[in-house]
Amino acid sequence: MNTQEALLNFCLRLADNNMIAAQRLAEWCSRGPILEEDLALTNISLDLFGQAENFYEYAATLQNNGKTADDLAFLRSEREYFNNLLVEQPNGDFAFSTMKQFLYAAFAKPLYEALQASKDETLKGITSKAVKEIKYHLRHSSEWLVRFGNGTEESLKRSQIALNELWRYTDDMFLMNDNDKALIEAGISIDLNTIKTSFMATVNEIFKAAHLSIPETNNIITGGCNAIHSEHLGVMLCEMQYLQRAHPGAQW
Amino acid sequence: MENLNQLTQWEVFIQSKSGSPYEHAGSLHAADKSMALQNARDVYTRRGEGRSLWVVPSDCIVASSNEDAEEFFDPSEDKIYRTPNFYKMPKGSTNI
Amino acid sequence: MSTQEESLKKFQQRIDADEKIEPRDWMPENYRKTLIRQISQHAHSEVIGMQPEGNWVLRAPSLRAKKILLAKIQDEGGHGLYLYSAAETFGVSRAEMIQQLQEGKAKYSSIFNYPTLTWADMGAIGWLVDGAAIVNQTMLAKCSYGPYARAMLRICKEEGFHQRQGYEIMGKMMNGTPAQREMAQDAMNRFWWPSLMMFGPPDADSAHSAESMHWKIKVESNDKLRQRFIDRTVEQANHIGLTVPDKDLKYNKETMHWEFGPINWDEFWTVVKGNGPCNHQRMNHHIHYHNEGAWVREAAMAYERKISAN
Repeated sequence: MNTQEALLNFCLRLADNNMIAAQRLAEWCSRGPILEEDLALTNISLDLFGQAENFYEYAATLQNNGKTADDLAFLRSEREYFNNLLVEQPNGDFAFSTMKQFLYAAFAKPLYEALQASKDETLKGITSKAVKEIKYHLRHSSEWLVRFGNGTEESLKRSQIALNELWRYTDDMFLMNDNDKALIEAGISIDLNTIKTSFMATVNEIFKAAHLSIPETNNIITGGCNAIHSEHLGVMLCEMQYLQRAHPGAQW
Repeated sequence: MENLNQLTQWEVFIQSKSGSPYEHAGSLHAADKSMALQNARDVYTRRGEGRSLWVVPSDCIVASSNEDAEEFFDPSEDKIYRTPNFYKMPKGSTNI
Repeated sequence: MSTQEESLKKFQQRIDADEKIEPRDWMPENYRKTLIRQISQHAHSEVIGMQPEGNWVLRAPSLRAKKILLAKIQDEGGHGLYLYSAAETFGVSRAEMIQQLQEGKAKYSSIFNYPTLTWADMGAIGWLVDGAAIVNQTMLAKCSYGPYARAMLRICKEEGFHQRQGYEIMGKMMNGTPAQREMAQDAMNRFWWPSLMMFGPPDADSAHSAESMHWKIKVESNDKLRQRFIDRTVEQANHIGLTVPDKDLKYNKETMHWEFGPINWDEFWTVVKGNGPCNHQRMNHHIHYHNEGAWVREAAMAYERKISAN
């Protein structure tokens, strides 16, 4: 595996994670529990679209075949998307979306922090901006979980249901393939297992404060980084890519 | 109609840069202090308007009214001895 | 002179002297009522306005377009919020205003009861609908009620990019493929007349206009604002090759204004009365998600009670 190719794949994975998470958050537009939260969710979504764009642009540079960031976002199909399975799950209720947001941020924060030591300057640059944003996302979602855990019986129940459903997808965020091996050797990326301690520390702290317990399940599903997805992704891409596919080559 | 709860009202004050006074930006709704602060950030600083924020429950603001204005503020208008220009300095004096 | 008459006289003097009225100042009951109605209606319009644009946010055709549209819709939400706050200075709560909206007692701008069918509609809404709103809002920033004028000022500042991004979309599409040009013209055809209706009925038929002008709640008439919008917009349409769908449109060199054909006020009143293509859908959406959020708001308040008790 050549390092350049591995880096391209890794960038696409990071871009796709953010693109799909942002697209899901954008679904909340005009649907928030209160106007203020509508604005907050949009801010997070805009941060993630921005991060996606930065990673796609870098991927386009690495690919160096005339394809743009938009081509990468809007013209690849579900078997070419490398995002994790967590972010593509449907939104569910506000507790469900908050739990998704929390788990993703709890993973992305230590990842971006670790990438500050990357030998790749561009990756370092993109993630140093992203880490500030992700810290806020983590704080925002953590506080909601604590509110739910200490709010009403219903809010506690809804967030525990969300956790029961979503926990099965958390291992997938740490899944690695040959690309990761090449990048670890080159000092560009990290062994994702090394950030699991940090992820678990965050998760345990907040779940304790929010009276949530991690479910025991054997139903752990992985495959995102190898482009093996749930059925939901294809439907999302149909909607997201509609105009680009219906009008090939058109400029917007 | 049910579900009328819209949380409580807060006033937002923004400091635009370090050292500047905090100025009133507007109001918002939130359930608790931390939410109020984050909502203030999300609602009122989307265009880089702030470096620091205060949030205050709206019912803690005490305001004077226009009817109070005459007795409150007019009495200060003729007390010009409170301004430096009121005083005549001896000719030729400097740095004062 | 009774105290009431004296207060009213003083109030009018303040208005005539271009002073701003603040929440705790004396004001005629009708001034208060008119402003609550107008500001809450304006707030509801911003919030309902998130829906037709939200309809395209997931399908925006580029990363740039997606970010812009999302930021714009977010602004609309923010503007709704500022306006609810301005109305709340009268002591009416946001919850009450939302209740009035959902019970059909409060209106919102009829323009949002039209469907957004293609991406070009995002251009038409930004350029025409926000363009019309800006003409109106620039006037309202001079309103005699302080909190409303301040909210409008902030809103005008933020909306600076809205109309430009809409016009940019239209311009790009008119420069694009035949299908794109067709979409742009189609959006123009559908949104032109409803945009003109946004300024409200002609001055002669406008129920609240005279008193509102007298109290400087509005400082210019519906017809004058409508004409200003048309004069600006026709030139912009011509510039990018769009045809204004009005066969009577012609420039009058003497008045230096564009003269336009008759507006279909029957259509306007049909939509105002709730029978536009999307009235039902917009309200259902609003009620549905308002109710869906009830447990969240309840939990947040329950949590607050717990932490403040400790």
